[in-house]
Amino acid sequence: MAKMTLDQLRKLREEKKGDMVRREVEGKEIQIIVGMGTCGIAAGAKEAFDAIVQTVDENGIASSVVIRQTGCMGLCHVEPTVEVVMPGMPATIYGRVDAEVARQIVRRHVVEKNLVENHIYDRPAVDIVKK
Amino acid sequence: MHFSVSDFLLDLVQNSIEAGARTVTVRVVEDRGLIEASVGDDGKGMDEAVKAKAMDPFWTDGEKHARRRVGLGIPFLVHALRQAGGDWELESAPGSGTLWRFSFPADGVDTPPLGDMAGLALSAMAFDGDYELVMERRAPARGTEWTVRRSELRDAVGELTDAGSLTLARAFLESQEEPLDGIE
Repeated sequence: MAKMTLDQLRKLREEKKGDMVRREVEGKEIQIIVGMGTCGIAAGAKEAFDAIVQTVDENGIASSVVIRQTGCMGLCHVEPTVEVVMPGMPATIYGRVDAEVARQIVRRHVVEKNLVENHIYDRPAVDIVKK
Repeated sequence: MHFSVSDFLLDLVQNSIEAGARTVTVRVVEDRGLIEASVGDDGKGMDEAVKAKAMDPFWTDGEKHARRRVGLGIPFLVHALRQAGGDWELESAPGSGTLWRFSFPADGVDTPPLGDMAGLALSAMAFDGDYELVMERRAPARGTEWTVRRSELRDAVGELTDAGSLTLARAFLESQEEPLDGIE
């Protein structure tokens, strides 16, 4: 396979942009935030991040989803962690998110608006809670 | 504990971003029996006392989480280097940024796998903020040599917070890492 040039990349982007506009849904902003601190990286957050990107793209919702990386969210004991903020759903932090759970978060939480059970966490580790 | 060299590098990049760096340079070279890597930034830098403390797993600067008493990123890296017989240098000073340089023996039994170089470049470029990141990569034996700037990638595909942009950027970065035709 030959190296892709930046011009080829721009052309691909333009082709895909037209496709994405046609598939646009609701237009509301959905944020998926992946914890990419030391704890997240050690636990496999990059795999979760890749699975989220792929599943968002496959489900045709890229135009309404912002995917961000952040540092440690304070849930080091259940990394990798992923926070989802979207209209119509409570802001939710998921823990122990491997690639399969990451795919479920996109399909069930973001697309179907149902929570993904057994992975919901709402408090950071006790050593960083402010008194 | 991190699994691959790319994990250690992403951790250092995240430190650079949190240190307020405007420009970060990541370099990974496989040559002369070594995996040589560096992360340089123009962030706030560290004085001698902070450099020494940064090696301690039970110390962190407390800026992000005031009550936290562990900081494992740098201790993980130093531990892995010691275990594998690697070398490292840390240059840093307040106001003039930080430069990490380290190397692992390429064939060491305790050397971590190199990891996903395209994924490293993408994640390193996908943090929030308006910083420049330059990723330089060279592995002559496999015909791999490329340099990619975050600004060029964002100019070509748009913000790296969009799944479509991230997918295209990843395909682009993976194509840079592919060996040249005829070289195994």
